[in-house]
Amino acid sequence: MTPPPTDVAQRATAGRIFLALLRRDIRVARRELPYFLLRTTLQPLLFIVVFGLLLPRMGFVGESYKAALLPGVIAVSLAFSSVQSVALPMVADFGWTREIEDRLLAPISIELIALEKIVSGVIQGLIAALFVLPLARLIMGPIVGLTVAHFALVIVVTLLGATAFSMLGLLMGALVNPQQIGLMFSVVVAPMIFFGCAYYPWQNLSIFPAMKYAVLLNPLVYVSEGMRGVLTPAMPHMDLRAVSGALIVIIAIFWTLGMRSFTKRAMG
Amino acid sequence: MPHVILRAPAEPPAAALHSPGAIYIPPVPIAAIRTEQLRKVYTMSVAKTARGAPGIPIEMSRGAPERPGGEVVALDSLDLQIESGEFFGLLGPNGAGKTTTIGICTTRVIPTSGTAVIEGADVRMQPTLVRQRIGVVPQRPNPDSSLNVRENLVFHAAYFGIARAVATARATALLDKLGILEKAEAKVNQLSGGQQQRLMIARALIHQPGVIFLDEPTVGLDPQARIDLWTILRELHAQGRTIVMTTHYMEEADQLCERVAIVDQGRLLAIDTPAALKARAPGGTMIDLVLDSGDESVAAAVRAIPGVSSATLRGDTLRAYSDRGGEVIAALLAAAAAHEREVRDIHLAPPSLETLFISLTGRQLT
Repeated sequence: MTPPPTDVAQRATAGRIFLALLRRDIRVARRELPYFLLRTTLQPLLFIVVFGLLLPRMGFVGESYKAALLPGVIAVSLAFSSVQSVALPMVADFGWTREIEDRLLAPISIELIALEKIVSGVIQGLIAALFVLPLARLIMGPIVGLTVAHFALVIVVTLLGATAFSMLGLLMGALVNPQQIGLMFSVVVAPMIFFGCAYYPWQNLSIFPAMKYAVLLNPLVYVSEGMRGVLTPAMPHMDLRAVSGALIVIIAIFWTLGMRSFTKRAMG
Repeated sequence: MPHVILRAPAEPPAAALHSPGAIYIPPVPIAAIRTEQLRKVYTMSVAKTARGAPGIPIEMSRGAPERPGGEVVALDSLDLQIESGEFFGLLGPNGAGKTTTIGICTTRVIPTSGTAVIEGADVRMQPTLVRQRIGVVPQRPNPDSSLNVRENLVFHAAYFGIARAVATARATALLDKLGILEKAEAKVNQLSGGQQQRLMIARALIHQPGVIFLDEPTVGLDPQARIDLWTILRELHAQGRTIVMTTHYMEEADQLCERVAIVDQGRLLAIDTPAALKARAPGGTMIDLVLDSGDESVAAAVRAIPGVSSATLRGDTLRAYSDRGGEVIAALLAAAAAHEREVRDIHLAPPSLETLFISLTGRQLT
C-alpha cells in the first residue's frame, strides 16, 4: 500500500469531479440501454400503434389526429424517461442500498452532485425521445404538417422539458420510499400522462373549461404543447413563450423543493 | 500519556533549505481530529422515518435518551482530541452516539451545535476540504453494484479528481494487497461479506487520505475475516495513518487501539489507553454466580471471603469482584452450598474493558 500523502496532491476542480460523476452514470446507462428503452418507450410506442395506426385505419379517428398525437408521444417519452432515470436509482439508493454514499463522499458540493443527476436525466430523456421519434414516424406513416424546420426551437423545448422532469425525478427520488414507488407511478404519473395534453391539444379542452384550467398545474402540458408548437406548428398549440416561461418556473420550483429533500436525505 | 507517532516527520519547506542561516522550525503539530462540545439532537419524526434505515444512525431509535417534545439526544457535548497517526477506538453499545460522531466527522451528519475539525478543516464550514482528507469504511458495505470491483475503485478515485492511469494502477495495487485482485472484474454482488468489506477499505484508501474512519468494520464478518481485517488495519496504522474505529467489541478495541473513548448515551465516560482503562476496572476479576434463587445471606457470606472486594445480588445472579482472580471460586461455591443454594452457572471475566464498561454504566456492552 502507498504511504500517506504529505499533502493532498489532487486539488481537483469541481468541474472534473462533476464530469467523473456524469461518466459513471453514462457508463451504467449504456450498459442498461436496452432495458432502459424498453421500460421508457414501450408504452408510448404501444400507444402509437393503437391510436396512430389502428384507429385511423379503422376509421375511428381522422388522419389529422396523428399530427396531434406524435408531439405528445414524444413529450411523454422525453418526460418519463427523464423522471425515471433520476428517481428510480435514487429511491433504491436512499431506501436501502445507500450506494450513493461513495458519491456523497466526493469533495464537491451537494448541489453539484444533485445537478449531475439532473444532467444525466436530461441526456437519458433525449435518448428516449430520439429513439421514439423515427419509430413513431415509421409506424404511423406520413404525418401531415410534421416539420423539423424549427430545429433550434425543438432543442430549446426538449431541453427545458427534460430538465423540468429530471428535477421532478430528483424531488420524487428523494421523497418517495421504495414501498411507495409503484403507487407513485399509478397515482401520480399515470394521471399526469392522461391529463398532460399528450393525446389531444390543450385548446380542444375548451369543451370542459374547468379541466382546461386545472391541467395547467400539470407540467407535462407544457412539454406536449411545446412539442406541438415546434414539430407540428399547424396544430393548435400554446404560445411558445408561455410554454418556456411556465417550464422555467416549474424548473425553479422543482429544483428548490428537490434540493431541499435531497439534502435532507443525503445528510441523514 | 504520550502516544507513539508513527507518521514520518514533515519535510522542511524548500525555502528553509535554500536560505542559508535559516533555522527550520517544524510546524506545530495539529490534531488529526478535534471536536468541541459536539452535540446532535434528532427530532422524533426523523428518528421514526430513519429507524432501521442503513446509513442513518440506529442509535436514535434505541438506547439514546428521549427528551420530552420528541427529541432524541444522540450526542451530548463530546470533546475529543485525536492525534495524527493515532489508532483510536470509540467504544460503546448501540445508541451510544458512535455512528453519529463518525457521521459528523465525515460531513454526513450536521451537528446541532459544537465544532469538529479534521486535519485543520471544519466539517461545517469546509466539508469538501474535509472529504478530501478522509476515507470512510461504512457500517455495511455499500459498493456501487452497477459497476464491477475495479470500476468501483477507479470511479471513486475519479470522484476525487485522480487521473485514470494513476487510479487504475492504485486500484490494482490495493486489490492485490487486500487479496481480492482475482475478483477485479467481478460484479460486487459476487463478493463475500469479507471481500466486500475489503473493497470498502480499498475504496477508502484510493485517494490516499490521512485519516480513515471505520464504523463497526467487523460486524457480520466470520472469525477468520475478522482476524484478516485486524491485520490490514494494523498495517494501515503502521504506515502512519490516523485511524478512528467504532466498535462494540471490547476485545477489538483492546487489541487494536492505542487509545479508547468509552461512550454511552451520547456522553464520553472515559478516555485512555486500553491498559490504563483496564487498570481502572474495579476490584479485579468479575465473577457471576447464577443461583437457583437469589439469597441475600449468600451475598453476605461471600463478602466475608478474603479476596472478595465486593458482592451484589441482582435477581438470581450474585456478582462478586475478586482481587485474587479465580482463586476464590471454591470459597464462593462453599458459601452457596452452606446456605443450601444450588449454583446453576459460573461466569468469570478477568479485568477488561468490559468489566470497566459495566461498572461505568451498570449495563452489559452487547
